[in-house]
Amino acid sequence: MIEIKNLHATVDGKEILKGINLTIRPGEVHAIMGPNGSGKSTLSYVLAGREGYEITKGSVEYFGQDLLAMEPEERAGAGVFLAFQYPVEIPGVANTTFLKSALNAIRKQRGEQELDAMQFLKLVREKTKALNMTDEMLKRAVNVGFSGGEKKRNETLQMAVLQPKFAILDETDSGLDIDALKIVAEGVNALRSPERAMLVITHYQRLLDYIVPDYVHVLAHGKIQRSGGKELALELEKNGYAEFGVNEAA
Amino acid sequence: MAATTETVEQVRAVTEQKYKYGFTTDIESDVAPKGLNEDTVRFISAKKEEPEWLLEWRLKAFRAWQQMEEPHHWAKLSYPPIDYQDAHYYAAPKMKARPKSLDEVDPELLKTYEKLGIPLREQEILAGVEGSEGRSPAVAVDAVFDSVSVATTFKAKLEEMGIIFCAISEAVHKCPELVQKYLGSVVPYTDNFYATLNSAVFTDGSFVYIPKGVRCPMELSTYFRINQANTGQFERTLIIADEGSYVSYLEGCTAPKRDENQLHAAVVELVALDDAQIKYSTVQNWYPGNEEGVGGIYNFVTKRGACRGKNSKISWTQVETGSAITWKYPSCILQGDNSVGEFYSVAITNNLQQADTGTKMIHIGKNTRSTIVSKGISAGRAQQTYRGLVKILPKAEGARNHTQCDSLLIGDQCGAHTVPYIESRNRTARIEHEATTAKISEDQLFYCRQRGLSEEDAVSLIVNGFCKEVLKELPMEFAVEAQKLVGISLEGSVG
Repeated sequence: MIEIKNLHATVDGKEILKGINLTIRPGEVHAIMGPNGSGKSTLSYVLAGREGYEITKGSVEYFGQDLLAMEPEERAGAGVFLAFQYPVEIPGVANTTFLKSALNAIRKQRGEQELDAMQFLKLVREKTKALNMTDEMLKRAVNVGFSGGEKKRNETLQMAVLQPKFAILDETDSGLDIDALKIVAEGVNALRSPERAMLVITHYQRLLDYIVPDYVHVLAHGKIQRSGGKELALELEKNGYAEFGVNEAA
Repeated sequence: MAATTETVEQVRAVTEQKYKYGFTTDIESDVAPKGLNEDTVRFISAKKEEPEWLLEWRLKAFRAWQQMEEPHHWAKLSYPPIDYQDAHYYAAPKMKARPKSLDEVDPELLKTYEKLGIPLREQEILAGVEGSEGRSPAVAVDAVFDSVSVATTFKAKLEEMGIIFCAISEAVHKCPELVQKYLGSVVPYTDNFYATLNSAVFTDGSFVYIPKGVRCPMELSTYFRINQANTGQFERTLIIADEGSYVSYLEGCTAPKRDENQLHAAVVELVALDDAQIKYSTVQNWYPGNEEGVGGIYNFVTKRGACRGKNSKISWTQVETGSAITWKYPSCILQGDNSVGEFYSVAITNNLQQADTGTKMIHIGKNTRSTIVSKGISAGRAQQTYRGLVKILPKAEGARNHTQCDSLLIGDQCGAHTVPYIESRNRTARIEHEATTAKISEDQLFYCRQRGLSEEDAVSLIVNGFCKEVLKELPMEFAVEAQKLVGISLEGSVG
């Protein structure tokens, strides 16, 4: 589904990604673990198409298309979803309005009929329940005044409504207590399917207790240093990133 | 919710058109010769077959105006001096006589209004159908084309309730005592340069009188259209809400694209007597000029409402997206005890537009209250200023004001300025002023785009969110149009 080949990216002239190679097939969940500054977030932004990153070398093929040539909204239309580490506040725009505009924009891109208010409401109510969210949260402005846990649940709700093919979860565990983490993980796990691939980006192993990956990759110094099964995460938890030449003082 | 989606679609639909009201109508006009002198004033008055007192009033205004100077020093606006002799002060579509019904109105004119989205004819027909089912229609429209009111719908239905809704030139003949009593009573003919000019040469506008205890069952609306080249538009609106009455009035404006600047200097006077309420909403979309700032309307407007009676209320809501220059401060004089004044404003300036706009709340009576919510959005190289005065006079015991002034900047070449004036002469008064300035962030745009929205839809959504507090004050009929305008007027402002 997605094939990243020798991907190099710079920010303000500084090279952050120095040759990423990664292939993800439908149904697989890959975890990328790495210390701060290793390029984890850069990778997620590059895949989602954020401005400010220069691709100096390499390619990303997504369902046979050149992903890097697509606008962010085209990528979204093609099923790429990024759950943000820091979800953005949009004052005055009701959560439902935002979600409905997004869903219909994506449906339009796919040549599907847009949902009317009633159809949408039915869909969103269903998804909200599963995530333990209240109707009140839907009426509030997008992420405004949301707690850390609420913001992450809201990201998960968006994912559930937009039904992406390829979801990138950027540090979804940051700012979550254990109860919130469980709820979000449950929501994510419910979305696992043979057609959907996920890339879970995290610093800590903790998240992977709840979202169990098929593969784990260690990212350091802008490169994937090692790949393995889920046991690699446990090993990292024990030994830290020192092996990869990273000294993280607590 | 639906409205936002609709907005997004409509924005998409007009992407190619930019200013979609930029067409002109080919119609035979009756135009006064260029220039301004006492003869011009007499010419207009004669055309309208006005009574002697009105001509005298106009002439007094004209003489006062000759002694006045264009106010160039205090507003944050820059434009070359206007040559007042180089314009026509009267242009009217040629008609044999004032049309008795829509059937007598030039079909070209009706087509123009249809293009603008106000099919007068249809509304009249609809009225028949709906009326017979016992439902009341939503909007009655008075259409002003260049200087003349061409058609008013639902007149008969309103007359049954004693409501007068007609062209002001018609009201002069129909109910001269009301016009004479209230004309200039809120904005005197000596008020300011543009209002004084208007008093001398105003050509038409709407007149509304709501009798005691009557709640006007539909929105009353005037659509202003400047068609003729080199013509100033000077309309004058007078609304009187008698004791215990209520009216909601909407005003919309458009003009064709032209390379030269056109002058629009209107005066609106509102009078609310005891327990009366007037809600006045404007969606102003005059041609703003092109990207280089060529052409566009100079909009110098004086709008003022007097809450004369106790417990009366006047509420101004405006969405200002058009005009090359906007100079406008809809105000409330809170004379009656417990009277309430409100001002809700969204002003959007893009490219080289300039706006200096705000309000004045003058608290005179006891326990008078006012609320000001101003949302300014500046993009391109536009400059925008909020200028507001809150004045509490010595007898205004317990007066309260709350002002909220938010500015949103798009890009790094525009400007937003806030100039609040606060004068309190009563110790019991409470005045609050809040102001914020923000930018549409890259984060917000990327977040929206990652969820599938195009950049323009994202801006439209974010800005509509920013203006929500104001947009929700608009009557339903206008809310959708306003949201749409918000999107259109910011096209091309990012990326």
